[in-house]
Amino acid sequence: MGKMPRWADIVLVPLICLVIAFVFCGILIWFIGQSPVEALTTMVSGALGSTRGWGYTLYYATNFMFTGLAVSIAFQASLFNIGGEGQATLGGLGVALSCLLIPWPHWSLALLGSIVGAMAFGAAWAFLPAWLQAKRGSHIVITTMMFNFISYALMNYLLVNVLRPIGKMDPASARFDNMTNLPKLGDMLGAIGIPFSNKNPANISLLVALACAVGVWALLWHTRLGYALRAFGKSEKAAVYAGINPVKITLYALMLSGGLSGMMAINAVQGEAHRLVLNSVEGAGFIGIAVALMGRNHPFGIVLASILFGFLYQGGVQLAMGTTIPREVITVLQALVILFTGALPYMVQKPLERLFAGGRA
Amino acid sequence: MMEMASFLQILESTIRLATPLLFACLAGLYSERAGVFDIGLEGKMLVAAFAAASASYATGNVWLGTLAGIGASLLFAGIHGMAAITFRGNQLISGVAINFLASGLTVVLGASWFKLGGQTPTLVDGMRFSESPLLDLFGVTDAAPLVQLIFGHSILVYVALALVPASAWLLYRTRFGLRLRAVGENPAAVDTAGISVVSLRYAAVAITGVLCGLAGAYMSMALSAGFLREMTAGRGFIALAALIFAKWRPWYCLMACTLFGLLDAVAIRFQSIDIGILVIPVQFTQALPYILTVVILAGFVGKAIPPRAGGEPYVKER
Repeated sequence: MGKMPRWADIVLVPLICLVIAFVFCGILIWFIGQSPVEALTTMVSGALGSTRGWGYTLYYATNFMFTGLAVSIAFQASLFNIGGEGQATLGGLGVALSCLLIPWPHWSLALLGSIVGAMAFGAAWAFLPAWLQAKRGSHIVITTMMFNFISYALMNYLLVNVLRPIGKMDPASARFDNMTNLPKLGDMLGAIGIPFSNKNPANISLLVALACAVGVWALLWHTRLGYALRAFGKSEKAAVYAGINPVKITLYALMLSGGLSGMMAINAVQGEAHRLVLNSVEGAGFIGIAVALMGRNHPFGIVLASILFGFLYQGGVQLAMGTTIPREVITVLQALVILFTGALPYMVQKPLERLFAGGRA
Repeated sequence: MMEMASFLQILESTIRLATPLLFACLAGLYSERAGVFDIGLEGKMLVAAFAAASASYATGNVWLGTLAGIGASLLFAGIHGMAAITFRGNQLISGVAINFLASGLTVVLGASWFKLGGQTPTLVDGMRFSESPLLDLFGVTDAAPLVQLIFGHSILVYVALALVPASAWLLYRTRFGLRLRAVGENPAAVDTAGISVVSLRYAAVAITGVLCGLAGAYMSMALSAGFLREMTAGRGFIALAALIFAKWRPWYCLMACTLFGLLDAVAIRFQSIDIGILVIPVQFTQALPYILTVVILAGFVGKAIPPRAGGEPYVKER
């Protein structure tokens, strides 16, 4: 440890992991008889070649920023919250209830209402696992995983039996009032004279997500709570000795995490679908894990990693439309990124350290 | 008699649905008892189901299919072992990665090999396990319902059941079992006794791989006739829940898996259950395994305590 310069640790290790993952996927594409080069060019031109493509990339990136920040804030306290899916699902419920029950006079108020609803429902869904972890020592990974499955069942029940409008077949809520529609990124940029397509779902939630990233950064490194949270994550014993209440910190960390996951719904449910559907999260809660690992647990890194994964996700959609390569190639890539950055970091780090030590000797 | 028939039917599907859970649950038992957390049971089952169905379709032989399933699952177990044991990485993250890897890889390979959008062609006789080999063996054609219930299952059902006492014996009555359990509680002590922690844990992870392979093979070649994308549908996680519910003990694994299999059978058979005062929605029945597991984890009704060294990589000579 400490043999490597800081930049190498922060930048080089995730980059090398990413390159390895890309190489593996390239081999996989070649193995199924397709051209890896063609795949990459399709992805790049589809996701980054037009402002429409960029819009989709940024829309997905917004989801991943929320869930990535959520995973990372729990990671900072040494807690692994894999319940992002469930918390974001419940966040969707909060957004839907706020949009359906309250006749908002303006989108900005509706957005505030949705933020409160999403955070409250997401945090509430994280409360029980957090409390069980803090008070009863029940492993947070298992309980949040169970809560993901419980949330699917709950949402299925609510959409089929409660929220579904009379006479409709598909399990989804009614459409939200047009007054709750959020301004699109294309229109906003257009207003200040930058031409940007508005035929994509990117919306003002992107700015909310960026604000959250700044907020998380400020919270973690410039407040008492953030210090306590990180101290708790580094060493629980030392933190307790320093007078930090472990129960409180666990609850705060996980409920903040749940709230951030829930916020994803303002982008996906209010910003894009305008109604609550089954599986509104579409795996973004899990991608948050990859994003947090790739972004080295720092809000700035997470924003960058989110854009990367937004590109991959949109690129995957383009692959499925433009080539015969299944979009699940992206799932493989995501798995490899998680594997190399999260589970096999020493495999990349150790040789690098040796390389740097050797270079100096 | 209508009730009797549907009662037998539910018992029958309970046995069929509990079998993959039991394989996966026992698989998790070995790994976690040796101190290697495994939330990648789902992924290993999925990849095994795919490899088994593909190989069986290609060769026309169900046993070669089974071997391929076990092989694929072992490969994934090897990745997990490498991450968890050799490179001392985070076992939970590795498990998450394995699940995604399986979910992506099966569709990518399946879609390009069979051009059916990720599923394998339907397996015909010889490519899948025969439905009731014991009855066929004795030439019974019209068995009584009860005989059918007890003897009319695929061979893997009996293998799974036999694995319960076998595992109990292996874990509690043999030297290997004692060491395996010790390595999950106090690896330093095992190391001091001159026994390799690394090879013991690899052995446990390999057993997990084989059993997950059988679970997957059962899914695609006995429970259904071919592989469908995401066909394990969370069963690996239910098995994990059952393992916790069973508090990491073999006989209790059987009970937990039977209970969760029964819940699954009931949820498939009835949409919602009217018990007079209120109607239980089917979604509640589906969520019940997870709810029960949280209750057990909370420790209000008998605390579930995992193996003490679970999830921690062992560093020699600290």
